[in-house]
Amino acid sequence: MARRYDSSTTTFSPEGRLHQVEYAIEAINNAGTCVGILAKDGIVMACEKRVTSGLLAPAKTSEKTYKLCQHATCTVAGLTADANILIDQARLRAARYQYQYQEPIPMEQLVEHVCNYKQAYTQYGGLRPFGVAFLFAGYDVTHGFQLYQSDPSGNYSGWKATVIGANNQAGKSLLKSEYKDEEAEGEADEGGIPGIAAALKLAVKVLNKTMDGTGASTDKMELFVMTLDDTKQCVHKILTDDEVKKIIKEVEDEAASAGD
Amino acid sequence: MGDSIIGVKFSGGVIIAADQSNARSILVYQSNLDKIPSLTSHSMLGCSGPNADIVNFSEFIAKNLELYRLSNDDMILSPHAQANFARGELAKALRKGPFQVNALLGGYDVKSKEGELYWMDYLGTLQKVNFGAQGYAGYFVLSTMDREWKEGMNEAEALEVVKHGISNLGTRLLLNQPNWLIKVVDEKGVRTIEFGADPADC
Repeated sequence: MARRYDSSTTTFSPEGRLHQVEYAIEAINNAGTCVGILAKDGIVMACEKRVTSGLLAPAKTSEKTYKLCQHATCTVAGLTADANILIDQARLRAARYQYQYQEPIPMEQLVEHVCNYKQAYTQYGGLRPFGVAFLFAGYDVTHGFQLYQSDPSGNYSGWKATVIGANNQAGKSLLKSEYKDEEAEGEADEGGIPGIAAALKLAVKVLNKTMDGTGASTDKMELFVMTLDDTKQCVHKILTDDEVKKIIKEVEDEAASAGD
Repeated sequence: MGDSIIGVKFSGGVIIAADQSNARSILVYQSNLDKIPSLTSHSMLGCSGPNADIVNFSEFIAKNLELYRLSNDDMILSPHAQANFARGELAKALRKGPFQVNALLGGYDVKSKEGELYWMDYLGTLQKVNFGAQGYAGYFVLSTMDREWKEGMNEAEALEVVKHGISNLGTRLLLNQPNWLIKVVDEKGVRTIEFGADPADC
């Protein structure tokens, strides 16, 4: 029955749904997982890299992590070609804001701009929605470090920790039990939300759970960290293979000793 | 050039003073004009130029800043951002239909808890300054302010510097500018310190 209301992006079904938007969200559930975690003094994002062929030339740039401006980076789950368009939009918006106000764009405004652009494709034009979900990680002086998630509908929300892409429900349930925001839960003695090192390990744990097969290895995982340096400038870092290997090892060791 | 605007930054705020004459050629239309409209709760724009342009430009900037505040969860842009925005609009208009406005933007930055003063002209020049003037006033008061301005002055000391400038203009400037409006912006916001003639009188 829903078939009749499937094809047009801009038509509601009798149940009040936009099927094309929902199908776009489905498309992302087949894509490589991305997890984002807000840490005490920074943000961690970890992505599953899907290598489709051994013949592929080694990538010079990431297919998951993209820098938007000096203080914001995003990771992508979904159709890379669609993502490129939206990333261009985000970079343009951030740069134009900087030009107009000579100040970095506040994170929520950047996210909202991209999302408004996506929303248009659910309401006008007869074009299909973008098959991309993003995790936006960024810093501004008003609200500090922030993590946002957005999807093809153009909705966005701020998160302490979240997962997009394949098996995101499993990832999210692991985060629910393991991500400690102690200040929010009233046990502030341990110092509140995790530090970067703990967040990195948690991110690897989440990817282990969501990825098929034997899980962790450096060529299947990409780890990204955003922090502030001494001059209050954002530092964006994609970890080297050695650094990733070290963290994977730490997680394995902890898992092994936890069984004792 | 007929409008005199004087601005002085002090520790924690900015004072801007402007004459209150609204005149063209030999006719004085009005002698209680407020040439220092507020842009936001914590910034003001002392303007020199034809009355139409002053009102048009200052309201345009003020309303855009208000739209920003409404769209972005009550966020007030810093004086630095406001000044650069205003400068950008002056630059855009320059090669279309210029705003004939020379201004001093005085604001209080809630982040740094400092006053900030910006000098801008109709060509799109922008410069952050400790003290400044627009109109003929500059010819007379920049030298005295250069000598008298000190880092870390308080509001009373800054007011002295401004009043010294006004007094000099009264003696040395050919144009008669009997009424002056003096405003201050600090952490409490924008308020009038004194006026020669009440702008509210019709």
